[in-house]
Amino acid sequence: MIQNKRWLRRSVQSTVLVYFLLLILVPILGIYVQGLSGGWAHFAESILQPIAWDSVLLTIKLAVIATLINTALGTMLAWALVRYRFPGRRLLNSLVDLPFALPTAVGGLMILLLLGPQSWLGSWLAGHNIEIVYQQPAIVLAMIFVTFPFVIRTIQPLLEELDPSEEEASYTLGATRSGTFWRVIFPAMRPGVIGGAMLAFSRALAEFGAVVLVAGNIPGKTLTASVQIYGNVESSNPSGAAAVSVLLLTLSFLVLWSVNLLTERKDAR
Amino acid sequence: MKKLNITVTYLVFLLLLIIPLGQVLSSAFSTGFSGFWSALTDPQALHAFLISGILVGAVTALNTLFGVLLAMLLVRETGISRRIRQFLNAVVDLPFAVSPIIGGLMILLLLGPHTALGAFLEDHGVKIVFALPGMILATLFVTFPLMVREVMPVLQEIGTDQEEAAYTLGAGSWRTFWRVTWPSIRWGVLYGVVLTVARALGEFGAVLVVSGNIINKTQSATTLVYQQVENFNFVAANSLAFVLAGFSIVVLMTLEWAKRRKEV
Repeated sequence: MIQNKRWLRRSVQSTVLVYFLLLILVPILGIYVQGLSGGWAHFAESILQPIAWDSVLLTIKLAVIATLINTALGTMLAWALVRYRFPGRRLLNSLVDLPFALPTAVGGLMILLLLGPQSWLGSWLAGHNIEIVYQQPAIVLAMIFVTFPFVIRTIQPLLEELDPSEEEASYTLGATRSGTFWRVIFPAMRPGVIGGAMLAFSRALAEFGAVVLVAGNIPGKTLTASVQIYGNVESSNPSGAAAVSVLLLTLSFLVLWSVNLLTERKDAR
Repeated sequence: MKKLNITVTYLVFLLLLIIPLGQVLSSAFSTGFSGFWSALTDPQALHAFLISGILVGAVTALNTLFGVLLAMLLVRETGISRRIRQFLNAVVDLPFAVSPIIGGLMILLLLGPHTALGAFLEDHGVKIVFALPGMILATLFVTFPLMVREVMPVLQEIGTDQEEAAYTLGAGSWRTFWRVTWPSIRWGVLYGVVLTVARALGEFGAVLVVSGNIINKTQSATTLVYQQVENFNFVAANSLAFVLAGFSIVVLMTLEWAKRRKEV
């Protein structure tokens, strides 16, 4: 009876592990094997093609811009949502997560509508000869949209936990408001700001759904890496797609790995 | 400073979320309710919703089962060395870093019609890529971390004292799970289920690559939105987007409710 149960337990556990490894690890290794199957020279040739290389550089550039804007805005918004009381605060606080809950294609469509000619913003911009839709700013906006919750949600708990007596002590000792912010409050928020920014950056690098709808997808100008990979898949060039994927994946893994290192160090303290 | 900050907060939410949502709504109903309704009851749209429904159902069931089991294995199983468990724990997060497009490409590369395995399966009448099984696989990959990451912290927090007490009192492992472990993790599981449903319904990139987006066959609700936008068919696209956005808002409200229950 007991032997029987142990056998059952072992087989359930092995099934779970095999499922997990087959579903997650094997496909990722598969991409690396396929991307590097033609040798290093072939891999280098695939990614150094102007279309591929430019798309990766463009994606990094736009993701950095989106992350910077998002970090600044996210810090301000987290501050307002935690520290200030104003009408609609609770509603806005629950709305923060909406970009995570919305399908990314819907997110892209929303940005398209916001900037399109039928909206007041779009027509105002068109009246001033500013083109945004299908241009780089639209991609940045789409990236900001999908990564919007990260920075806010990582800073909020830190701000809530912050002991008010530390701030009061700082004021009592004669520090100014900005002095207190930079010396007392910001150091407490910093892990959240950095961690949230890195998560946002890795998500912005990977984003496809929202970007493909708002970008013009012109090589070198508005073609991001994930859209370029999709184009390669569609034109039946999976090995080219795999090469760019290896590059993008390695980059994302490095970002994720450094986020983990960062949080581990924080926990250890 | 305070006034400025609050104004910026309002402005960002207004510009990024509220106005665009309003525009989705007004565009969906721009030809009246009949336009909205006919866009939704169009056979192509109905079929897309059916596909999305099957996808969500299958993915949520599998992901919940294996997610909970893996979380228990990673937290509780002392028979596996700590090193290996740490490694597996790091692997769980990998899908978060993988672009959905790459997630789809992986399945195409492993099981596509040009691969040995894919050709073999196709000869035996099993079609994976450009069919539902491939879409389910792709969505399973993308949603995998959600359940594990919700359940693991709860399991760590409750510790093993109560479970050990149950074993000592003579309860079997099955009974211990349902009487002791399950009541403490069920809100975490619910949270994971809701996140999985939302992500599975909204998944776009991975599904687009694997499904081939074949109308009335493998087209899901999100890939139909994409196709309607590409065809400049904005009323139909927005009608579908409106329904999907409404669903997301319901998901969000459920999460808020579950969070409050979990805290009590």
